[in-house]
Amino acid sequence: MPDLRLPTLFSRWFRLVLTLLLLGLLQPALATDDAVFQETAKALAGADRNAIRQAVETLGVSQDARALPMLEALRDGRLAVTPEGRLLLRNGEALTNALSGEPVALPTETLSAPPLNNAIRRVLTAAIAQLQLVSPDRKARLSAARALADNPHEEDAPALRQALAKEQDAEVRAALALALAQLDLNSSEPAARLAAVELLGKEGGPKARPLLEQMLAKTEGDELLSQAVNQALANLDFRQALVNQAGNFFYGLSLGSILLLAALGLAITFGLMGVINMAHGEMLMLGAYATYIVQNLFRAWLPGWFDWYPLAALPAAFLVSALVGMALERSVIRYLYGRPLETLLATWGISLLLIQIVRLLFGAQNVEVANPAWLSGGVALAPGLVLPYSRLATIAFAALVLLLVWLLFQRTWLGLQVRAVTQIRPMAASMGINTARVDMLTFGLGSGVAGLGGVALSQLGNVGPELGQSYIVDCFMVVVLGGVGKLAGTVAGALGLGMVNKFLEPFAGAVLGKIAVLIIIILFIQKRPQGLFAPKGRLVEN
Amino acid sequence: MTPTPDLLAAEFADRPLPDTSHGGILYVEGVTVSFDGFRALDDLTLFIREGELRCIIGPNGAGKTTLMDVITGKTRPDTGNVYFGQTLDLLKLREYEIARAGIGRKFQKPTVFEGHTVFENLELALKADKRAFTSLTARLSSDQHDRIDEILETIGLTAELQRLAGSLSHGQKQWLEIGMLLAQEPKLLLVDEPVAGMTEQEIEHTSRLLNSLEGKHSVVVVEHDMAFVRSIARKVTVLHQGRVLAEGDMDTIQRDPKVIEVYLGGEHG
Amino acid sequence: MAEDSLSARLLPAAPPSEPSWTKWDSLSAGLSRLHGPTGWTVILSLVLLFGVAIPLLNRLPAADSAWHIPDYLVTLFGKFLCYALVALALDLIWGFAGILSLGHGVFFALGGYAMGMHLMRTMAGEGVYRSELPDFMVFLNWKEMPWFWHGFEHFGYALSMALLVPGLLAFVFGFFAFRSRIKGVYFSIITQALTYALMLLFFRNETGLGGNNGLTDFKRILGFSLQEPSTRLGLYLLTAFLLLLSYLLCRYLVNARFGRVLTAICDAESRIMFCGYDSLHYKLFAWTLSAVLCGLAGALYVPQVGIINPSEMAPAASIEMIIWVAVGGRGALYGALLGAGVINGAKSWLTVAFPEIWLFFLGGLFIVVTLFMPRGLIGLLDLRRRRKTA
Repeated sequence: MPDLRLPTLFSRWFRLVLTLLLLGLLQPALATDDAVFQETAKALAGADRNAIRQAVETLGVSQDARALPMLEALRDGRLAVTPEGRLLLRNGEALTNALSGEPVALPTETLSAPPLNNAIRRVLTAAIAQLQLVSPDRKARLSAARALADNPHEEDAPALRQALAKEQDAEVRAALALALAQLDLNSSEPAARLAAVELLGKEGGPKARPLLEQMLAKTEGDELLSQAVNQALANLDFRQALVNQAGNFFYGLSLGSILLLAALGLAITFGLMGVINMAHGEMLMLGAYATYIVQNLFRAWLPGWFDWYPLAALPAAFLVSALVGMALERSVIRYLYGRPLETLLATWGISLLLIQIVRLLFGAQNVEVANPAWLSGGVALAPGLVLPYSRLATIAFAALVLLLVWLLFQRTWLGLQVRAVTQIRPMAASMGINTARVDMLTFGLGSGVAGLGGVALSQLGNVGPELGQSYIVDCFMVVVLGGVGKLAGTVAGALGLGMVNKFLEPFAGAVLGKIAVLIIIILFIQKRPQGLFAPKGRLVEN
Repeated sequence: MTPTPDLLAAEFADRPLPDTSHGGILYVEGVTVSFDGFRALDDLTLFIREGELRCIIGPNGAGKTTLMDVITGKTRPDTGNVYFGQTLDLLKLREYEIARAGIGRKFQKPTVFEGHTVFENLELALKADKRAFTSLTARLSSDQHDRIDEILETIGLTAELQRLAGSLSHGQKQWLEIGMLLAQEPKLLLVDEPVAGMTEQEIEHTSRLLNSLEGKHSVVVVEHDMAFVRSIARKVTVLHQGRVLAEGDMDTIQRDPKVIEVYLGGEHG
Repeated sequence: MAEDSLSARLLPAAPPSEPSWTKWDSLSAGLSRLHGPTGWTVILSLVLLFGVAIPLLNRLPAADSAWHIPDYLVTLFGKFLCYALVALALDLIWGFAGILSLGHGVFFALGGYAMGMHLMRTMAGEGVYRSELPDFMVFLNWKEMPWFWHGFEHFGYALSMALLVPGLLAFVFGFFAFRSRIKGVYFSIITQALTYALMLLFFRNETGLGGNNGLTDFKRILGFSLQEPSTRLGLYLLTAFLLLLSYLLCRYLVNARFGRVLTAICDAESRIMFCGYDSLHYKLFAWTLSAVLCGLAGALYVPQVGIINPSEMAPAASIEMIIWVAVGGRGALYGALLGAGVINGAKSWLTVAFPEIWLFFLGGLFIVVTLFMPRGLIGLLDLRRRRKTA
């Protein structure tokens, strides 16, 4: 069966394109270098330790794709030499020709290993790092660059320069710059030192700070250099501040999206219908448990498609929460329209029942919901600022759900009816709209959207019977802050709360931040009792 | 608190009083109120003399209710001044202070305390010291009892005094609310559509009642019912799109071509 | 209809007549303004039951006698009386002013913490670590006491803090909320956020109030050992007495014009303002008083139960308090007391006998009461009485 996983496909494509590009660039060099490469590689098969050391050094700067596996095999003792002097790679029992990559069948007793000593091992590590610097795998490049930055050698400098010129990833660039600058800082050339300082200021990231500070102590007498170092330090601070703010912004946006997903359903049931649904959190919880069940089904029946289970969980969660919501509306809530405080109490009772039912069915402990592979990892924007895929996906998902809800209300027949009923109920009823049915569907929709939120929450945190309880207060804050009855208000409320929370956290800590947010909301409502977006005037009174 | 025998002369420490020495009770000057871009009142100016009975008419959305909201402190205008008497700036007072200063308001929809008896409704409305700490020990004096009995007589609810206000009919609630206004003894009454949903007979009674108030109180009535307006008003103000369109006695108004076009023309053909 | 309702039998029916001015007359007139004869009879029998019968049955019969009331039951009743005081405080604002607070657990807990801090201070040097500091501070490696712990070694100071802190918090919170006309469910939601935020705050170790575990392992109060049955009986009697006083105070308030204004605010707030009443003052007074009563309940609760921790501030705890009032029947004060007793009795029994049923019972109760018993148990009593007379 072909492997259809999206990220794998993507990275394969990416690798293919990259390889083709590189091949195209390197083509003329390769034709002549191939002979040199073959020749150098042969030296590894010999017994002369000096020749081996030189060969390793040459291979290290060769940029040939075949060199890295060969040197790694040498380091790990998996490089074997046949009596005829051919080089083989040993992978467990399997043997392959190190140059051509063809499988080879030979009795292992006939093979010998190249002799190693400490001198060779030293150059070997550096050579491997150099080769990894041009690897298409970001993680390999990053760890190689970090290894070099921890222990830089003069002979790595050209490779580092080359790698830096080509490197796109901010984090790898920082590590490269760090390695390179350490070499140049001690250079006898004043120009090289200046350039190194400047490079550190621009690309070095937080780790460059101690280096530069050491440098500052040594710059006595050298006005120009000390100025440059100070400038570089200022640059670093500025960049770090930017990165911190960008990080706050991103995490604020991400928290805002989570709040939006959690509160969007409430914006429909509370905002449009005026139903104080204290069991809203439990709709989230049900969505999360639906995800858990779908996950288990996939694990049991479709393990090959496991990474796709969240997509299948979306309709499942929507349906479960929507059906439970509609059942509640028909059985309890509809008898309490126009009595908000009673609705509040009855729905709280419902939430207790739902929690206890889930507890009896699934146990009181948290259940384990696994993230699919494509949600792990992240994009590094700058040193110290990684945007995890799971958070990016949450933001995108929140935007998508918002768009769908908006379209549903603005562009569909159901949306039209809902708007008619929530605005002028008697008029809608007199025009033949079945208001009871619309109420049920609207409530089902709000609950279903909460179920979708539950899918997202299951990917971000613990899934347990009390999941909903921890979100209910935040959800109501979002809707109250945004102003009842406006989607735009809910969006603004959610993002605003998310941002304020994240920007306050560094100063106040998470808990005090929350309290500060509560105080801000109360003070804000002083100024705008109707929330951010609700209309002023006579409409509000009625 | 020792009750003062003469209730009409009794004034309380908890309230400001209007200065009406120049004969004017209410000055509304250049008031503008906008809701999200829509101008409910647009540079409106209005002057009510002491003891006057004024009717304000106008099509829906002309700003009649908004005007009442501004006078009673429920809505704050964007610009303009509202004075009660010469000196009392209503824009600086909160709703309850405006009420204590002597402005009473009857809502369009009858608003009474449904969980209380008719008697208790009137007791709460009665002119008295209304501060929270006074209310802990406040008791009705026999004079106040008599006053309530008198009002019950006037509004015809003597037999219902122990009934819950919530169980009254629509018309009875309207009467109770007017009774509560009377108990407040305001200098200026704002009455929003007092005869909506009333029978011919009740309307007649109401118009007699409002007419009898002229001179003792200043009254501003907002009404749609033209026959009723004709029966009570000396002077009529026509509002249109938040502005005063015309002002004068009923006959002048009815001949005014602008008024005929926007309002009377529309309703009476 | 109103004539044969229970409340009509318990409460005075007609507006009070002319006051008479001799001392005893005015006292009896005052008492009859609070309750009708039936009401006073009920109160008197309850006082006899809780104030005389239970203590005597605890002290006099031998431990193996069928009449003996064991010490743990006395403490349990004491706990119920504290909850009844909370229910009373809630009914004052919910039943009369229509203000539904989902955050009264905060005021209760603050009162409890103030008393707990006093009890901790008076046992300095007797903890596990034999330190002047409370054990949890030693455990956190703190060298000195946070500033707000000072003064709590004096009982009077601690007691006044137990009332002042909840009162002040309620006053400030209520002032801002009522001034901006936050009403109905909005107010409820914000009170819930308040208790949630404070719960998070108290959960932190850095807050300096014992974090997760709260304050516990108390030894004695005013020199009396908390292990002694006599101390416990004394605390129980004190609680019963203060509950009676609080009930009479609330009864006085709701029977005064103050109470009628409160109910009127609940009915039609704009009308009451256009009548010249400043609804802010009325609501704020009732709200703050309610918080103070809750603080008092918390302060009485802690020495009897022996622990106070942030879970008392959980939103669920505060909503559970609401159901006491709803089940008993709101707007009559005695209904709240009845509800607190019935629900907590049921809870004590069910959580032991059928722990899994309890939440179903509680959840179902919320639904059944709101759908079918809007006036609670006292409403049912009225109904039965009406059937009998009919």
